[in-house]
Amino acid sequence: MKKFNIYLIMAILVISGNSFAQQTPAAKQSEPITIVGATAHLGNGEIIENSLIILEDGKIAEVIAKSLTKRQYPGKIINAEGKHVYPGIIAPNSTLGLVEIAAVKATQDEDEMGEMLPNIRSLIAYNAESKIVESMRPNGVLLGQIVPRGGRISGTSSIVQFDAWNWEDAVVKENDGLHINWPDSYQRGRWWRGEDPDLKANKEYQEDVQELSDFFISAKAYLEGKRDYKNLPYLAMETVFSGDKKVFVHVDGEKEILDVVQFKKEHGLKNVVIVGGYYALDVAETLKNNDIPVLVTRPHSTPEEDYEDYDYPYKLANLLNEKGVLVAIEGSGQMERMNSRNLPFYAGTVAAYGMDKEEALKLVTLNTAKILGIDEHYGSLEKGKSATLFISEGDALDMRGNILSHAFIDGREVSLETHQTELWKRYSKKYKDQESE
Amino acid sequence: MKLKLLILGIFLSAFSMQSQEYFPKNDGVKTRNTNYTVFKNAKIHIDPQNVIENGMFAIKEGKITAVGKSINVPENSIIIDLKGKEVYPSFIDLYSDFGIPKPKKAENGNSVQYDAGREGYYWNDHIKPDTEAIANFSFDKKEAEKFHKAGFGVVNTHVPDGIIRGTGMLVALTPGVTEGDRILNERSSQYLSFDKSVQSRQAYPTSIMGSMALIRQAYLDAKWYGNGNAKNKDLALEALNKNKDLVQIFATDNLLNEFRADKIGDEFGVQYVIVGSGKEYQRIDKVKASNATYIVPLKFPNAFDVEDPYLANKLSLEEMREWNQAPANLKMLAENKVPFTLTTHSIDAEKDFKTNLLKAIDFGLSKEAALAALTTVPAKTIGQEGKIGVIKEGAWANFLITSGDYFDKKTTIYENWIQGEKKLLNSMDVTNITGNYDLKVDGKTYSLNIKGEPSSPKTELKLGDTKIGSKISFNDNWMNLLLSSPDTTKTEFIRLVANIPAQTEQFSGKAILPNGNETSFQAIMKKDSDKDKKDKKDKEAETHKVVPVTYPNIAYGFKNLPKQENVLFKNATVWTSEDEGVLENTDVLVKNGEIIKIGKDLSAGGAKVIDATGKHLTAGIVDEHSHIAASAINESGHNSSAEVSMEDVVDPTDINIYRNLAGGVTTIQLLHGSANPIGGRSAILKLKWGESADNMIFEQAPPFIKFALGENVKQSNWSGGRFPQTRMGVEQVFTDYFSRAKAYETSKNEEGFRKDLEMETLVEILNGERFVSSHSYIQSEINMLMKVAEKFGFNINTFTHILEGYKVADKMKEHGVGASTFSDWWAYKYEVNDAIPYNASIMNEVGLTVAINSDDAEMSRRLNQEAAKSVKYGGMSEEEAWKMVTINPAKLLHVDDLVGSIKTGKQADLVLWNDHPLSVYAKPEKTMVEGVFYFDIERDSEMRKDIKRERNELIGQMLKAKNNGVKTQPVTIEEKQRVHCDLLEEVK
Repeated sequence: MKKFNIYLIMAILVISGNSFAQQTPAAKQSEPITIVGATAHLGNGEIIENSLIILEDGKIAEVIAKSLTKRQYPGKIINAEGKHVYPGIIAPNSTLGLVEIAAVKATQDEDEMGEMLPNIRSLIAYNAESKIVESMRPNGVLLGQIVPRGGRISGTSSIVQFDAWNWEDAVVKENDGLHINWPDSYQRGRWWRGEDPDLKANKEYQEDVQELSDFFISAKAYLEGKRDYKNLPYLAMETVFSGDKKVFVHVDGEKEILDVVQFKKEHGLKNVVIVGGYYALDVAETLKNNDIPVLVTRPHSTPEEDYEDYDYPYKLANLLNEKGVLVAIEGSGQMERMNSRNLPFYAGTVAAYGMDKEEALKLVTLNTAKILGIDEHYGSLEKGKSATLFISEGDALDMRGNILSHAFIDGREVSLETHQTELWKRYSKKYKDQESE
Repeated sequence: MKLKLLILGIFLSAFSMQSQEYFPKNDGVKTRNTNYTVFKNAKIHIDPQNVIENGMFAIKEGKITAVGKSINVPENSIIIDLKGKEVYPSFIDLYSDFGIPKPKKAENGNSVQYDAGREGYYWNDHIKPDTEAIANFSFDKKEAEKFHKAGFGVVNTHVPDGIIRGTGMLVALTPGVTEGDRILNERSSQYLSFDKSVQSRQAYPTSIMGSMALIRQAYLDAKWYGNGNAKNKDLALEALNKNKDLVQIFATDNLLNEFRADKIGDEFGVQYVIVGSGKEYQRIDKVKASNATYIVPLKFPNAFDVEDPYLANKLSLEEMREWNQAPANLKMLAENKVPFTLTTHSIDAEKDFKTNLLKAIDFGLSKEAALAALTTVPAKTIGQEGKIGVIKEGAWANFLITSGDYFDKKTTIYENWIQGEKKLLNSMDVTNITGNYDLKVDGKTYSLNIKGEPSSPKTELKLGDTKIGSKISFNDNWMNLLLSSPDTTKTEFIRLVANIPAQTEQFSGKAILPNGNETSFQAIMKKDSDKDKKDKKDKEAETHKVVPVTYPNIAYGFKNLPKQENVLFKNATVWTSEDEGVLENTDVLVKNGEIIKIGKDLSAGGAKVIDATGKHLTAGIVDEHSHIAASAINESGHNSSAEVSMEDVVDPTDINIYRNLAGGVTTIQLLHGSANPIGGRSAILKLKWGESADNMIFEQAPPFIKFALGENVKQSNWSGGRFPQTRMGVEQVFTDYFSRAKAYETSKNEEGFRKDLEMETLVEILNGERFVSSHSYIQSEINMLMKVAEKFGFNINTFTHILEGYKVADKMKEHGVGASTFSDWWAYKYEVNDAIPYNASIMNEVGLTVAINSDDAEMSRRLNQEAAKSVKYGGMSEEEAWKMVTINPAKLLHVDDLVGSIKTGKQADLVLWNDHPLSVYAKPEKTMVEGVFYFDIERDSEMRKDIKRERNELIGQMLKAKNNGVKTQPVTIEEKQRVHCDLLEEVK
């Protein structure tokens, strides 16, 4: 009897524990999975109606129109007729897992002190068990680039997948990018020092750019030497010069963007990406000619200036794309972490304001993967790529259609439950029980 | 000559010492000067309309004794001949702090100060009607001289500090006399403003609406106090009562505040004289309707330095237009017969006054109106009509003697006489030799420009294009001019000397050459050819053509407000938001701003037909929680601010109004922020872009107030020292205030009842006459507020945000409260940890009236998308989801009989979408409010082109202005803030 009670208590503990802990990461894919009959949105602009998709050993073994193949359906079969399959959506320039509750300082790990911090790495602070991270999955957002904030050189980002026990499990590409906050050629007065908060020309702009340039020159000189002394920031620059670590420059102004192009040339940087790029449109040609892609600022933003088109942020990605720039959408800004799950709807909004829908999908899938340098494995439904994809009841770029039945990361079927769905179910049940009382 | 002048000076000052006959005298015998001074042969501008050519006037003991074509000259007269000169009344400035020391700023403290610092005065330090200019005044000789030079004789000065600032005094700027002589009226006026005193750190009010409420309460309290109802002494209220009948001058610094001041004046039967902003032209009809006399600063924005195109891109159209249009402000005021006077406040009177005045005249202000604005209008305004500002028998002898038409650029003021005392500015005896000359010396012709003051001229000399060094001195009408030798390899000089006793177009004299030889020289004044003059004028007109004002006067404003139209929407998919659901292939007929028919194949009957085939027609979106179109959000100076109203601070010029229309929003509740448990009253608005603030208010909507709970009111995320600091305390705030409100209501019939605006509002809530929309997050506090309300016998109308509403939906239903929530916001602070996007669906299923709100100027542009998220989260039907942004919020605002659905008889607030309104791909093509299309996607694309064209034109004008040597200013852009209710700072 006594023993029974203990079991009961333990069982209750397990159940209640479960309902508050994070979802358990899925195990490695153990059998093939065949998705039959869905409209496959490949993420590269193409669609395959009535498709056949086979996932094997974490990879896409086949993606083809059902009618074009006679092969058998191996493993577990998912009937997805009338449904839609998409590659996993990627959240670039994100702070997911670095901050849990914006207003609670103890949960903030995004901004280290100091100005030139290439050695600061987001990955080791990334909380794989964040409740916000798990809330990405039910919307099809399955990967992210985790980026530190603040300073002139904020640090080094890494790319993770969103279903992991810890950061080591999560990592998709370690130390993928260096992040620079480019100086502004205009500046607001620091009101807390009693300065006029109006915007004026920044007298220190050239100096700030020079300082950044000097840092690159010094790092290069150091790396060419014997390196007797371990200079951590300079050492972290090595992969920047080799081209393995891309340089993400967070910048919006037209003049500043042109200066970034110059900076790229001066320092012989192989891979530079503009993040933000609000005023990139008039220099699109230059960006295209210099192979500089843009992670364009969140479309759900208000225009910067009163006189600008009300729909300018909605259509910016499209306009840049039309000019031949490689573009993807990033989501930094107000409430950026929780809002990252709205990435598909950002792309949908860009489509509403002029872009082809499949092109718009690229803005959050294949283009993002290309810009981040993970397109060999991620970003589209192609044979041989990672089986990171999801099945949606309808159009995933539309709020009404983005209802997921399955999501896979590297072939692992991940949980679509979250802290939020649990509360939903708990309280729905409460009221159903009340009704039946 | 010099000696003669000196003697005259001594004589005059002795003569004009004014009467203080009962003062003892120990330095000689007692004398009194009863001589007359008679001026003759002058062109006398006796007032702005009337001129006496070749007239005479006499003054004695500081006053004018006679004026006319010919007057009787008493025997004891000193006669001054003003042949060729003109005489004007000296000018008057009614908004000045002349002779008042700068108020000393209170030292910063460590914590917020909530209580008043003064004892024996009002409960708020910023109400200081007891301040008297006279007690702070001492004549500032240096400052007075600036005024003298600009032509001013009298100013009304005050202590520019605080909300009710106390009395001003009218003072003559008479040199060489005592204060006893100068003071014309030591209690001439009372000044008010919306700005707090710098001398106190008392927090309340932190916002413009708080200032407005405070003035109202102070007026009510003064009346109550005056009836002997107070037990305590309140020197401030006593002073306020004492100052009641004075001229009331309200200082503002922007156009919206001008109207706000006038609104308070209307409520209390006070007609303020309004110190304006110089932007009156932007809403001239409303300015005129205020019936106020305006005191307008003579200040115009400098052109921006737009050479850097990237920085120029940061300039708003509004700022560019201000530069372009502001110089025409005075002309517009005069044309619209708005009485106005000018102030030198905020400019350098000596340097900029005349330049700016002439600029205004260039832009169309008549000289008569300009002179009236400087003389008769201020005299009348300050109750001194006929005593100052005119040259008339009995008036003070305040006048200017000028070399000609004052409004001519070249004219010099010789003397500024105040109270019969002469202030010599430029000697009449000095010949004015300024001008451009051809100077012929030693066989060469130089170009000579003599400029500056006639008494101390400066020169510029050129031979061909080469600049030649030169130095001039001009004393007693003898000119000595030193020229560097044209041979620049040598340091040699040519000396010129000439006597020029009278103004002339050419003069000659002796030249001493470097070799010592003497010869003669000749200077002949160059004439501006008529062609040059014309060219110059045309150029100016071309470089600075005033662009038309729009409503509002920013990008996307209307040159002409769109008109109400009768419209038949043909063959639309109609989302009724009613039981009828979605009707395919249906027509909707709009007449006189109402929906009059819904059906198939309706006949237009003269209405404009819009083919809506393949399109969707819905009711306009209603946003229950918005903070756009506001000049301020929070009054955080007290933990209850029920006395303040968002209706006072509507900003109809916010571009977000237009952007919201472009997102299909037609009605919003502009809520107070969430700084306080008891916030401020709401403004429910129709987004009638281009209309005035008053015209946007949704008249038929009932009154609302914002309450707030949780982290913001207990100041969790910043340091605060105010009660409450916990949710426990929050309950007590409500209980305390409503207990007091109950007691207040029962005291209404008692003797000595004091009307309290805060309590009045709370009584309205208790009586169900004002509805509560409460910011709320977690279940404990939601439950608490319902229980408090029930205890006091009223209902909470709406919980807004209500992110844990799903946890207590059953209790909410029982209470009868509605919910207005975010679709998916969470994780931004601790209290939204359990916020879930399924919230709306659960509450809807339980049977609550549920709305999706924005609280954000960005999200409000696409509330259709936010509503659609409930289809995803919780599986709500599309029709139900659509109701959450139309009829449901309309129900929560108790305006569902007027808006929120497509139903016969309702106001025609409609949106035509290109697609299914809940689709992410949908965008509004037309948005109509009461039959007026305030947004139209085709018109928008035309406006974009116009804006581009106009910006280009204005940048071109500014570049030309800079090229012409006009002063420019670097581009600085005012900080813009996007507000939601967590924002505590005051925004303007």
